[in-house]
Amino acid sequence: MDQQPQNTTEEALNAKFEARIAAGETIEPKDWMPERYRTQLIRMMSQHAHSEVVGMLPEGNWITRAPSLKREMVLISKVQDEAGHGLYIYCGTETLGVDRAELVDQLLSGRAKYSSIFNYPTLTWADMGVIGWFVDGAAIVNQTVLAKASYGPYARAMIRICKEENFHKKQGYEIIATLAKGTPEQKAMAQGAVNRWWWPSLMMLGPSDTNSPNTAELMRWRVKRKTNDELRQRFIDLTVPQADAVGLTLPDPDLKFNPETQHYDFGAINWDEFWQVVKGNGPCNRERLQARRDAHENGRWVREAAEAYAAKHSSPAQSAA
Amino acid sequence: MLGHRLSEWCGHGPILEEDIALANIALDLIGQATLFLKLAGETEGKGRSEDALAYFRDAIDYRNVELVEMPNGDYAYTMVRQFLFDVFSYHMLEQLQKSTNPALAGIAAKGFKEVRYHVRHSSEWVVRMGDGTEESHTRAQKALDDLWRLTAEMFQADDIDREMAAEGIGPDIAAIEPKWRAVVDDVMKRATLTIPNDPPAMTGGRKGRHTEYLGHMLSEMQIVARSYPGAEW
Ligand SMILES: [Fe+2]
Ligand SMILES: [Fe+2]
Repeated sequence: MDQQPQNTTEEALNAKFEARIAAGETIEPKDWMPERYRTQLIRMMSQHAHSEVVGMLPEGNWITRAPSLKREMVLISKVQDEAGHGLYIYCGTETLGVDRAELVDQLLSGRAKYSSIFNYPTLTWADMGVIGWFVDGAAIVNQTVLAKASYGPYARAMIRICKEENFHKKQGYEIIATLAKGTPEQKAMAQGAVNRWWWPSLMMLGPSDTNSPNTAELMRWRVKRKTNDELRQRFIDLTVPQADAVGLTLPDPDLKFNPETQHYDFGAINWDEFWQVVKGNGPCNRERLQARRDAHENGRWVREAAEAYAAKHSSPAQSAA
Repeated sequence: MLGHRLSEWCGHGPILEEDIALANIALDLIGQATLFLKLAGETEGKGRSEDALAYFRDAIDYRNVELVEMPNGDYAYTMVRQFLFDVFSYHMLEQLQKSTNPALAGIAAKGFKEVRYHVRHSSEWVVRMGDGTEESHTRAQKALDDLWRLTAEMFQADDIDREMAAEGIGPDIAAIEPKWRAVVDDVMKRATLTIPNDPPAMTGGRKGRHTEYLGHMLSEMQIVARSYPGAEW
């Protein structure tokens, strides 16, 4: 590796890669890429896949208590979509030469991260609405930009997933709109959920640009296209009028439209809380990880049975018989 | 009921692909239940909607067989339960498509298409687990031993069933048993599982005398709907 000719080749490849990126070309799995680009993508994509899968838990928590048959079906199908997103992004990550079992192991051992938002508890039915509206809403803002990322498989996954996230957001907002025009108890339930999820949703878009060590490099490689703060501003600008439309109040007294910037100004985010959750001290970090570990452990014999059966029935002796 | 039970697996399945498959089956089953309940409400003519029938009836007023209200247990238990019911449902809906009641026939035709896939899914898993590892075989056999006693209830025709069959509205459910048994025998043989010799359990689900599990399941399912009477969701 430290031989002179190889270094020269590597430098040449690197220069070619950077030129392709600069020209706006899409990088495909078989193309040469710097090791750092590969590891950064694996990190981002697997975090994203883990988030989809862990994200099934807070909403899964209300499936058996949904208040009508229709709502139960919509919720099951939403959580099912998230499983599909997870699977799809795991497959995309595998194109970078790492297998799913290893990625899952990173999650279960606590080495890999997932979105901080899923470490908050779902306490009322209204949370099912607010999660769709805020959390899927914030995810859309993020993923719409990722759909133009330089790595082909990731960009294509985002295009497909974004369509479903839009649907989730609509359904979530519709749950909230129904509650907001329902009985006083229902309206209070909706407002309570908005109060609890607003700030964590803003944090979900990631640390402020001044504190985001990866941003500059990822932006240069067009893995990211917008900074966390830009995404956050976009999410806020989109969401404030939607809250107004259903008569709910976002819990930020400093939130107001600034005619000069044409954006909403907002109050200070409690980054201390964010880092606490990221470090594992959020309300549900332990439960979420434990639920995934339990599912994995309890499913071990099932996966082994499927493998053993497949092995028995694909041996040459069997197929000849 | 079974769809609701399956939905409990969401996010906790043995592999992501199975989370997706079980959610699909749960959606089909709850969809079928919704259509049947809607039709039941309309037929009754007292203005009860499918939701009123699902969320505002007590366990004692539910008329399902006990097999489908049994808790999920491990994956072997869930899949054996599913398979035993799927095969029944397959033959039941196949017959019901010929109902003289067009609304029932329509629901059955839609359901029949879905259940064909369910039988394939659950039978494949029963075979895989029965003929997989020693552990999976033991677990699958235990599930079959526990659940077998509840299967007879599916074929016990009461006066209403006989009247419906006579009028051509419903199928002759006793006549479904041999067809069901033939499929079950075949799959169990491939799965290297032994059908137990136990006599049927004393069941009463279809008369409202359920297991103790149903009340707990409904208390969870009905809590939100019942806590806010008159609310729209
Ligand atoms: Fe998603
Ligand atoms: Fe979503």
